[in-house]
This record gives sequence, structure tokens and C-alpha cells, in this order.
Amino acid sequence: MPEVVLSAQNLVKHYPIKKGVLRRTVGHVKAVDGVTFDLHKGETLGIVGESGCGKSTLGRLLMRLEEPTSGSVAFEGQDFSGASARDTRRLRRNIQIVFQDPYTSLNPRMTVGDIVGEPFEIHSDVVPKGGRRQRVQELLDLVGLNPEHINRYPHQFSGGQRQRIGIARGIALNPKVLICDEPVSALDVSVQAQVINLMEKLQDELGLAYVFIAHDLSVVRHISDRVGVMYLGRLAEIGEEDEIYSRPTHPYTQALLSAVPVPDPTLRGKREQIVLEGDVPSPANPPSGCRFHTRCWKAQDVCTTDEPDLQPRPDGAGEHQSACHFAEPRAIVETKDVSNLQHDARFATTKVEELSEAGDTPVPDDRSTPARAEAMDPTAEQPQDTTRVVEDPTDRPR
Amino acid sequence: MTTQSTKTRSQGEFTYTPEDGRLLEVEDLYVEFHTADGVATAINGVSFELNQGESLAILGESGSGKSVTAQAIMGILDMPPAVIPQGHIRYCGQDLLTMDPEQRRKTRGPEVSMIFQDALSALNPVFPVGWQIAEMFRTHRGMNKSDALEQAVRLMERVQIPGARDRVKAYPHQFSGGMRQRIMIAVAIALDPAVLIADEPTTALDVTVQAQIMALLEELQEERQMGLILITHDLGVVADVADRIAVMYAGRLVEKAEVTDLYANPAHPYTRGLLESIPRLDQKGQTLAAIGGLPPNLMRIPPGCPFNPRCRMAQDVCRTDLPPLREVAPGRLSACHFAEEVIDA
Repeated sequence: MPEVVLSAQNLVKHYPIKKGVLRRTVGHVKAVDGVTFDLHKGETLGIVGESGCGKSTLGRLLMRLEEPTSGSVAFEGQDFSGASARDTRRLRRNIQIVFQDPYTSLNPRMTVGDIVGEPFEIHSDVVPKGGRRQRVQELLDLVGLNPEHINRYPHQFSGGQRQRIGIARGIALNPKVLICDEPVSALDVSVQAQVINLMEKLQDELGLAYVFIAHDLSVVRHISDRVGVMYLGRLAEIGEEDEIYSRPTHPYTQALLSAVPVPDPTLRGKREQIVLEGDVPSPANPPSGCRFHTRCWKAQDVCTTDEPDLQPRPDGAGEHQSACHFAEPRAIVETKDVSNLQHDARFATTKVEELSEAGDTPVPDDRSTPARAEAMDPTAEQPQDTTRVVEDPTDRPR
Repeated sequence: MTTQSTKTRSQGEFTYTPEDGRLLEVEDLYVEFHTADGVATAINGVSFELNQGESLAILGESGSGKSVTAQAIMGILDMPPAVIPQGHIRYCGQDLLTMDPEQRRKTRGPEVSMIFQDALSALNPVFPVGWQIAEMFRTHRGMNKSDALEQAVRLMERVQIPGARDRVKAYPHQFSGGMRQRIMIAVAIALDPAVLIADEPTTALDVTVQAQIMALLEELQEERQMGLILITHDLGVVADVADRIAVMYAGRLVEKAEVTDLYANPAHPYTRGLLESIPRLDQKGQTLAAIGGLPPNLMRIPPGCPFNPRCRMAQDVCRTDLPPLREVAPGRLSACHFAEEVIDA
């Protein structure tokens, strides 16, 4: 197994709940409550869970955008949870993040060149000042954007293109770890596939390790080598992608997988569906013992009192880590091996290069490096987004 | 609440009785948005029909016109900027677009009803949920407050909200996302409508909650024999629920078929590309196929087939001639010049 690049030990993040005039702390929201895992070089660890399970907070803790309440994060064996600001900055060069919403994570007043080049301002030794513009253009090219669009503003790009800008910023400093917090959730299916393919291409080329946080189980299965399932701030189960999807042993994982609709109408009514009762309990007051026992059909007395450890438990064909007293494998998703199956290339393509040519560069212009003023000129030709100019509506057939 | 197999109700001078089970007919509908920047054509000649007890899914990506279609049927488009230059929407033979506004208002709720994507913004935050459900009975049925509230409690029980009687006075923000969606369903089905339009009803919800809500919707549809129009971008949800599918792209219907036929053998390159580009839970390990490029700007829809710039099958004819929606196999419509080839592929 390749070396460990990022390691989280018993990470905890509690947010205080304050009440009254004196802002006294009356409780804590236990967003992340003891999460431990290792991330290996060049691998993708998927983190799945429902809203409120703490997966985004976990991402922010790994990046140290939040200070953990306790526990530690180590990069290549070096603990940086208590590191000085200077050391943190140095370490952060190796860990970068891509956010969910490409509409709010890019500063609307900065050009793409400024956004992607900003990391070089802070880490000025990475690229000498004179070479930055060229480096930014290389990065844009790498993520499938036209390098000549360096002076454009984020609003001139579509959602998928903005996410590419976010990725270009993320990889600018050649990090070893990229934390992706729901990077494709805001995108349409056809564009989503483009961005996923891009991320896989970058991983191959740059040897990045991804922590891929998402709620879409099919996307996570597609991209991940290993998968962790979170419930109320804790990992319920973690293992190889195959172990989690083919032989899940935690009842929550089983319920989650069975709830995912499968795009095949012939399976309607034939699939076993576990419909969970009720909602996720509040993380401010999680249930005693196993956190899932209030919704679990297997719950016994021991589940209400003893918290099960995340430890290797047999899954029918070996063992992987699961936090359930009564862990037993259950096949939810029947796997078809389609690795030899070829998509019909006439309808959709798997080639990343071709995608960027196929119209993802929305403006049919070849203007050489437009000046900043021109980019700001409201009368200049705008790229095609969904809300702009029409020439002549009268030639439509009536 | 009575279950009727055939709906016949009298609303003042109008009686709505579906002929041959045909509830809704949309014919050659156009919707344009007149904005400061120009005219965006959101719907471009869309026709479909809905029968009693049938689930029709309208599938499409953002900007394809699926929500606008729903809003046009419901009559809740903001006009202006929206303009409906031509087309018919017939409910049990009556054209909703030419109906006088007061009569049309009376169809909203008892006849055609709608569920929205975001329950938090669709419900009024300053009134208790029970009051909002009861409002349907007060305005349309003229019930007094206490009777209406009693009906609201019964509906909340029907949509499986635990402790309905105690929570009837609670406000929307006191409920979870799934529970809010149940409340909106309660409002929508309150007057036993013949047609229920669900616009992305589960998009904002987690998968386990999504499964609960879809199960509830199916159950209610079965029980009341409603015609359901499910608007979604999720190919998985469609496969679980719909009888027929209409696929929209850039304001046009590009394919219409029975759900099993469409998944087994799509007849339009766009549908085919969509199906190939989703990662599937039961298939593992290979590069995703994707459709290149982006959907067109609705103010500048390319000439010919609107999908031609992204279509890898496109020939010269696709760039000049708009392919009509035509029958390519029994019960299957496709708007592609080469539909037969796509089906056979």
C-alpha cells in the first residue's frame, strides 16, 4: 500500500450553542465527533452521508479552515493541528479545497487570472512573479478552459466552467491532497460527467489524492477507491469501494444504498428497499450508544447503551471496518461488471480533450488576450449563458 | 375522503368530465420571456397528453423548459415577462388559456394542483402549517375555521406526519425538510385534484427521505387515481415511478416513450447520451461517457436541430432542418433525423 499522506486521528468539532443575553453556552452541536482515517498517496477517499452528518465540517477540519475541538490531522506524518500560523501556511500548500457552489466560491470582482493566480501571491516562491500569468494559462488549459479567457470574470462562465476554475485554483500550488466538497452537486448530469472525467484525468497526471465529499452515492462509487459512510458526526463504516457497495455490513449503509433509485425501470418493484422511519436526530443531542439505534431495525438493548467501535468486522468475503454490534453483510446492489463494455462513441464521449473542444468554450472568438478594460466592457460580446441577447425571434417556425 | 375512479364535479357553470380518461392535453405550446436583453424562447411547440391514473415524467436539464411547462399548465407564470404566443392547454376539453381568470382560479386546487421543489420557500413562514392546509377548504369549499382545521389534521395524518394534532399549529421552520414536503403534498391533495404536478419534489432532500416521499406520492396517486406529472432531472427517480417519459431539450420535446422502452432503447442521441453519462450504482469502474459542450442559450437556439452542436451523429441536414417529433416505432416519438439508427444502435 502506498504511503499515507493525510491522517486524521479522532477528530472532533463541537460548535457551542449560545443562549440568552449573556450568551451562555447551553450545549454543543457535535458536528464531527471522533473520526479517524488515513488517506494514501494518489487514492480517492469518498465520504458519503446525508445532510447534517458532518461531512463538510470534516472537509474544513482537514484543510484546517476550522480548528478542531480535539484530535489531530497529520500531513505526511507531521501533525499540524497545533502548528504555528507560519507552519500551517506552509503545510496548506499541500492540501487544497474545491467548494460545492461554483457561484459563490469565486469572487465576482476578480478576473479568472486573479482567482487562479491568487495562491501564488501567498506562496510567492512557487512561481516567480514574471512567470505567473503563463502558469495560470497553463492551468486553465489543463482544466479544459481557453487560456485566452484569463481576463474574464466568473459571471461570464457557465456552472461547469466555474467549477473548472475552482479546480484550477485548487491545483495551482501542486498540492498532494485535494479536498472536494460536493464538487459536482450543483451541475447538470451531462456537465457533471465532464467534470468527473476531468478530475480523474488530473489525478492520473498529477498523482493527487482526493477526499471526495458528496451525497450522491453513484458518483462516489464511480470515483472512489475507498469509501467512508458518516452518520451524525461519526464514521459508520469505511472500506474499499467494493466492500462498502457490494457487502455493506452496517444497517445504515444498507438503508442508504437501498434508497438510491436505480435508472432501470425493469427493476421496479423487484429491488429490496429499506425505508427508514423518521428523520436524522439532532447532532446537538445525539442518541446514546449507537447513534443509529433510533432508526435501526436491528437495534437491541446493547445498542442503546454501548457505542460500537469502528473495527474490522467480517463481511462475508474478508473483513472491513464497521461500527455495528450486529454487523452482517447484506447484498443491496447487484454489481454488473461493465469494465469491458464500450460506450457507443457516437452519443457520448469519454475523452476529456474532446469535451473542451465540443463547445465548452462558449464564445467563438479568437481575440488574442483581450485587455482588462475590454473584459469589463458591457457591450463586448458575452459568452453564451442562459440569459442573454437574441438576434431575431421572428424566424422561428409558426 | 372518497376515492373516485371517474371524476365528475360541478364547479359553478362548468363540469369537468374527462373524455376517454384524457385529463390534460397540451398542444403546440410556446412560451417566451421578453427581457431587456431580448426574447428567450423557453418552450418551443410542446405537445403531450395525460390520462387518468397515469404518471408522466418530464425529464430535462436546467433550462430545458420543464418547470416553465408546469407553470404554464398551472397558470402561475409571471406575465409579463412571460408571453404565451400560441398553444392550447386543455383540461377535460376546456382550454385553460382562454378561460376567464376567475374560472381558472377555481380549477387551481380542486382540479389541477402542484408541489414545488423547495418547501421552505413555497410555504408561508408566518402562518401555521395547519392554517395553510385549512385555507384550501376555507376558500374553495367555504368551510368554517374549525371544520377546515379538522380536515387539515386528517390530511396531515394521511401524509404520515407524526403527532399531527399537536403539530397543526406549528410553523414551517419547525419541521424538517422531509416533513415540510409532506405538508406541501397535503396542501396539494387537499381538494382531491385530478391532476397533480410535482416539480422536482425530492431534489432538495436526502436519499432516504426521498425514498419516503416518492413512496407516499405513489401511494396517494394509486388511492386517488390522479394523473401525475413528475418533473425531474433524476433518471433514477423516473425509472422508479413513471409510466411514460417526455424528454425535453432547449424547449422542445425530443423524445416521448414508455418508460421501459426509453431506458432499454433510447431513440434520440440526447437521451442516449444522458443515459450513458450517469454513473450507476450497479455498474462499476470505467471512464464516464459525457455529452460534450453545453445546452444552448435560449435566446440563440441554433438553427436546425437544437442538439446538433453537441451531437456526434450530426450531419449537414441536422444543421439546417429542424427534425419534427415523429413516430419512429409503435408508441414512440423522437425528434431526430436519424432516430431509426439510434434505436438500432
